[in-house]
Amino acid sequence: MSGYYTSADHFALLPALMLVLFGSAILLLEFLMPKGPARTRWLVGFTLLGLASAAIALLRQHQALSAPGSRIVAFSGSFTIDSFSLYFDWLFLAAAAIVTLISYRYLEIEGEHRAEYYGLILLACSGMFFLASGADLITMFLGLELMALSFYVLVGFLKRERRSNEAAIKYFLLGSFSSSLLAYGFSLLYGLSGSTNLEEIRRAIFTRGSLDAITALAMATILAGVLFKVSAAPFHMWAPDAYAGAPTAVTAYLSVASQAASFALLLRLFNGPLSPLDQEWRPLVAGVAVATLVIGNFAALTQENVKRLIAYSSVSHAGYLLLGLVAGNTTGLRGIAVYLAIYMFANLGVLMVLIAIRTRTSGMLEEDLSDLNGLGARHPLYAAAMLVFLLSLAGIPPTGGFLGKYYIFLSLLETGHAVLAVIAALYVAVSLYYYFRIVRGMYMTQGEPGPLASSIGMNVAVAISGVATLLLGLFPEPFLRFAAGALVR
Amino acid sequence: MSHLLTWVLFTPLAGAAVLVMIPGRAHAALKLWANLIALAGFLISLPLAMRFDRDAAGFQFVERAIWIPAIGASYHVGIDGISLLLVLLTTLIGFLAVLSSWNSIRDKLKEYYVLLLVLQTAMIGVFVALDFFLFYVFWEVVLAPMYFLIGIWGGPRRLYAALKLFLYTLAGSVLMLLGLLTLYFQHQQQFGFYTFDIGALMAVQMTPAMEQWVFWALFLGFAIKVPMFPFHTWLPDAHVEAPTAGSVILAAVMLKMGTYGFIRFSLPLLPKASVNPWIAQTLAVLSIIAILYGAFVSLMQHDWKKLVAYSSVSHLGFCTLGIFSLNPNGIAGSVLQQVNHGISTGLLFLLVGLIYERRHTRQIEDFGGVASVMPRYATVFAVAMLSSAGLPLLNGFIGEFTILAGAFEANRTWAAFAVFGIVLGAAYLLWLYQRTMLGKLVHEENRHLPDLTLRETLTMAPLLALVFWIGVYPKPLFEILERPVNQIVERVKPGYFADRQAELR
Repeated sequence: MSGYYTSADHFALLPALMLVLFGSAILLLEFLMPKGPARTRWLVGFTLLGLASAAIALLRQHQALSAPGSRIVAFSGSFTIDSFSLYFDWLFLAAAAIVTLISYRYLEIEGEHRAEYYGLILLACSGMFFLASGADLITMFLGLELMALSFYVLVGFLKRERRSNEAAIKYFLLGSFSSSLLAYGFSLLYGLSGSTNLEEIRRAIFTRGSLDAITALAMATILAGVLFKVSAAPFHMWAPDAYAGAPTAVTAYLSVASQAASFALLLRLFNGPLSPLDQEWRPLVAGVAVATLVIGNFAALTQENVKRLIAYSSVSHAGYLLLGLVAGNTTGLRGIAVYLAIYMFANLGVLMVLIAIRTRTSGMLEEDLSDLNGLGARHPLYAAAMLVFLLSLAGIPPTGGFLGKYYIFLSLLETGHAVLAVIAALYVAVSLYYYFRIVRGMYMTQGEPGPLASSIGMNVAVAISGVATLLLGLFPEPFLRFAAGALVR
Repeated sequence: MSHLLTWVLFTPLAGAAVLVMIPGRAHAALKLWANLIALAGFLISLPLAMRFDRDAAGFQFVERAIWIPAIGASYHVGIDGISLLLVLLTTLIGFLAVLSSWNSIRDKLKEYYVLLLVLQTAMIGVFVALDFFLFYVFWEVVLAPMYFLIGIWGGPRRLYAALKLFLYTLAGSVLMLLGLLTLYFQHQQQFGFYTFDIGALMAVQMTPAMEQWVFWALFLGFAIKVPMFPFHTWLPDAHVEAPTAGSVILAAVMLKMGTYGFIRFSLPLLPKASVNPWIAQTLAVLSIIAILYGAFVSLMQHDWKKLVAYSSVSHLGFCTLGIFSLNPNGIAGSVLQQVNHGISTGLLFLLVGLIYERRHTRQIEDFGGVASVMPRYATVFAVAMLSSAGLPLLNGFIGEFTILAGAFEANRTWAAFAVFGIVLGAAYLLWLYQRTMLGKLVHEENRHLPDLTLRETLTMAPLLALVFWIGVYPKPLFEILERPVNQIVERVKPGYFADRQAELR
């Protein structure tokens, strides 16, 4: 408790601080950057530099935490760096870097290439860092809002586009609603424990013993708020609209990084302060997970718009991830971590291919399934990458997606949830149907997709995601070891 | 070559990787390379047969490497007599399938051959994997290439057929995965570590209820692949719409993945569930229904290819009946019949493909009297048809006879029904032959059909040779099968051989 800002605080905060600094600097220094094509290079370069400096700071934390189970506690216990937060931080950084690479060409084509975009990407990323590291309700809530506010703006970034505006408003309204639910739940937790520290709240709930009205209300509101954020049924309605209306690069960022951050929040809360109530929330989450699987998968079956299809598929993936929490054992939690990383590369991949085939001529914001027709003949490499991403999303070996499913199924069987496991497994076949509607368009339908709106950044991003998706399936050992460390507490 | 099995396994895949580099317009180079690789894949598998020691117990050519220790999966391959025969069948059929595509495939050659070669590696992988995780990966990898082969180069209803195949088998496979993971978890509970090694998983002891749940989960995966009645509805669609090479591979090799699964995994890993009289009875009845139902539906077909497809349902019914007779004759006969079915149905599909290339119809009514214009074709067809019908001195007879002996030993009623299936089989095949080849030439279009070319004859020659060889002298095959089959029977019914000895004395 000595000093206002100790060196330990600084060390813990540095990665997030770097992101905030660079994010703000981009907003302030934009006018100094050269105009014309060079500007793109400056903006992208500066953003990547910011991410790289955060990565270096993160690497140093990583080295400091080499002993299993060790952690750095900063700011009087409100901010924790442990292997859990490090794992998620790496995911956020990777997602932000890839999104940066695929954004600039897209924004140029849309005529909305402005510095604020990159600033918001970095700020959202720092918000996610706070979510993953938060050990205190206030810290977490601030992180959540920093992330969410950045996303509200990003979703409406195509300001001349009505659907983008509409999406932003919807997302904002429902997002703030869910945030206020969470805030209400947080206030109840504070009320019953007298502290905002997660560990102290946990002890308070534990000593209260059984479920009473206040804890029940706190649990219910927090559960609803978090389920909103992870787009689980029946709180998923915002997702298709927000995903479809947002600039596709933002959709990519939203669907993987924001999703991962929300799951970090979920895990921190439900394995932390709310863990004494697990008998109560586990059946609820199980029901929600099944409903999410059903709604996500069946709604995706009939979509004609690729982004809406991907939105519903994301909903169904949220269902799988929640099942990992239902199981709740080491395998299940490890499964969530592994699943999120694999899902990140695959989902980013699908959306970046969508970005690449989008040119001005194919009309604004109409990402029809038929736009992909004939892609296999016209752009074989992009089509092959898309195939790999889709197989991974469906969970077919030898792609990484299979490993995610493997962990989730195994965790369910280990904890005696055989029926849930069967349901989850059968939905793999359902999901294959809609993923392969895209494949069918690419390879088995005649069509003339236009020239690719590719760029160096895009090609690099597709290559990274494609190779990662395959390697995670074929040689996942190093990654699995890394992920296993993430959950040592 | 100490890593013989790995070479056999990955030669097609490596060839496919090179094929990707060849420019798509160089058709001749693509064809030549694909054929060379497929031939190499076959030749390199021959030493397996030559160096195979039929008196050695357990698996041979075993290779082991660390793969994903974090979950207890390893690269562990090896073969016994059962897998040896199926691997050889795969490499031979794979080569012939590639060869038969020389003229019939005209667009997207590169993609076509790449998919065939990838498929080849995946199928071999299924038969050699001794690690359940590795097995499952290969098992699933088979699906995507087959989906594309049917979906891109198939007939008019190809999209429907391809997706149906994919969804059906995938649904079965994921449930199989759950069974497999249950077994895997039980092993961890009992021994404290996770492993997918099949040898290690055999040591798991489970309660009967648990064992039966695992059995049914695996059953769904395998039964859909075989396909057993009532899971067979994907098969006619897939076979009819697939290009010739696809049908040949599908019938000759892919269906055997299911029956192989029963023999390699269901029986030895879950012996108590397998001998459960209720389960064995159910599966035998399903097999008999498949035999009779497949045969009756074949009788009704107007489409030549569909007839052959339904005949597969019937023939595979024999294979599963043999397996669930749970005695040496039944299982050895089943493996042999799997090989025989691969040979004779492979031939039949090749023949249908050839006639379709010439005439662009498969309706049986559009033919008749073709023997007079295509004598060589008619001869080959006669041999293939008789082999499929189980004529003595041809291969089909040996397999079916052994299975019947096994079924008779297990339950006389089963054998009686199955015999009736053989009669029906002869009926629909002979009738098919009569309606297409014999009689007067009624359709003018058929008058100038060219007979088999040299390449086409050579494609089928190896299979014809096998038809006669296995029919006349099957002893080496039985010798190869004897040890592994006896091991499985001893595992499922401990004391079986001792009891037999006692009876004889």
